[in-house]
Amino acid sequence: MLTLKGIRKTFNPGSVNERMALAGIDLELQTGDVVTLIGGNGAGKSTLLNAVAGVYPLDEGQIFIDQQEVDGLPEYVRASFIGRVFQDPMMGTAASMTIEENLAMALKRGMRRKLRRGVLKKDQEFFCEHLQLLGLGLENRLTTRVGLLSGGQRQALTLLMATLTPPKLLLLDEHTAALDPNTAEKVLELTELIINRYKLTTLMVTHNMEDALRIGNRTIMMHEGRTILDLGEKQRKNTCIPDLLEMFKKASGITMANDKMLLAN
Amino acid sequence: MTASIWFGALEQGLLWGVMVLGVYITFRVLDFPDLTVDGSFTLGAAIAARIIFEGYNPWLGTALALVLGVTAGLITGFLNTRLRIAPLLSGILMMIALYSINLRVMGSKSMLSLLRMNTIFTDVAALGIPRDYAVFTLGLIVVALTCYLLYTFLLTEVGMAIRATGDNEQMIRSLGVNTNSTKVIGLALGNGLVALSGAMVAQYQSYCDVGMGIGMIVVGLASVIMGEVVIGNKTLLRTLIAVVIGSIIYRVVIALVMRLGLPTTDLKLFTAILVILAMSSPIIKEKFRPVKLKGR
Repeated sequence: MLTLKGIRKTFNPGSVNERMALAGIDLELQTGDVVTLIGGNGAGKSTLLNAVAGVYPLDEGQIFIDQQEVDGLPEYVRASFIGRVFQDPMMGTAASMTIEENLAMALKRGMRRKLRRGVLKKDQEFFCEHLQLLGLGLENRLTTRVGLLSGGQRQALTLLMATLTPPKLLLLDEHTAALDPNTAEKVLELTELIINRYKLTTLMVTHNMEDALRIGNRTIMMHEGRTILDLGEKQRKNTCIPDLLEMFKKASGITMANDKMLLAN
Repeated sequence: MTASIWFGALEQGLLWGVMVLGVYITFRVLDFPDLTVDGSFTLGAAIAARIIFEGYNPWLGTALALVLGVTAGLITGFLNTRLRIAPLLSGILMMIALYSINLRVMGSKSMLSLLRMNTIFTDVAALGIPRDYAVFTLGLIVVALTCYLLYTFLLTEVGMAIRATGDNEQMIRSLGVNTNSTKVIGLALGNGLVALSGAMVAQYQSYCDVGMGIGMIVVGLASVIMGEVVIGNKTLLRTLIAVVIGSIIYRVVIALVMRLGLPTTDLKLFTAILVILAMSSPIIKEKFRPVKLKGR
């Protein structure tokens, strides 16, 4: 479904700040795969997601979604098959616009925008149905400006927006990291609910080892721009967090005093 | 005498209000500090004045102003989105380029007088509307129509994409919108309105001066801010109306200050100070807020 071949990306090449973020990534996701992506600071997890989404051009490598090569396409064209939720709850919604306007824009993801009224009556009912799914009471606040919502509410809304028209691929970039523990748990529950509902192929970055092993069917660990570990469904069953840390030490050759390096977001 | 001063301020507020709506589109909706405005206001005035000066239909001149303003905005958008020149610099470059272009449009004269010539306002007066109310009537119609059309447009799919571009560019791009296009459309629309306003103002004051657009962006900003403070920006429609009322308030304030004896040459300094005060008011308020006790 998603195929990455030899992805390389270096930031600020030729300068003092040169940093190789992706050092040749090969990855193959099957339809319906839900993959959690872990790794320390600067491992290249977010860069990988951004590369798939088309935020910046690649130095080398190819990206295919359903056999279609997408690496030459600009971000806004790829948006028609990719749904995204960012770490910062402020990033996924337009604060000065209402809940229904944000949802209406999400409904048109990847489609040509026309000179026709943006929020239609029939859409409002559709939005209400989906907002009820969140269980946050937002279905009664369609005309509230999103800027007035809390971070958790905004993130739940972003999640809904990313999946309102089910995308071929869902990219979640530590989307619960900026929320308080309770809200994070709630948003994560919603995430699993929505992923299961639409059988979405998902790539999820997380800094939480427990979530990483529990959610989805596959866990990939990154280090210095490479994938150093790829656990399938069966292997994950017999793995606990200390095992994961041990595997990290072996694969990366780094001994850590504690698991801070992995857990830090 | 006094009444006529207030009425004059009202008329001017409406005519310049169209310019303020244009500045609102670029500066507020699109979050693009577009200095093209200084040039495109004069461009609109110049083309209308020249057309009228040469004896052609004033409505043709006014319509041409709109078209040329849109073109100016398109070029600024091109500089910014295709050539990747920073927003501020794109606008400054266009503003400077337009200074020369405007002089050419005016036939290399720095001033064109339209005294005793046919304008859109004399045409309206000829329809039977009392002469004294012609400017007010036409100004009100144009402003109301512009507000209505803008409101409708900003609620369409394209309009919402433009608003989202100014609010959260990354978000709307991740939803599949080419933000280069939305920026260009917004700049074209904004500068079209600014030039239309310039054309009307030139016909209102019966002359076009090559320097009449200087500082127009600041006047626009002052009006937008005052309108938002006085009327508020709770809903989109309310904000659009607030912006026009802000333009009227600005003209009233200017009329007041002139009555107090400030020479017209100091007006731009006064306007700049007004904007500085308005923009720094949150910080000033913070400084003078009584100290709150910590804890409960």
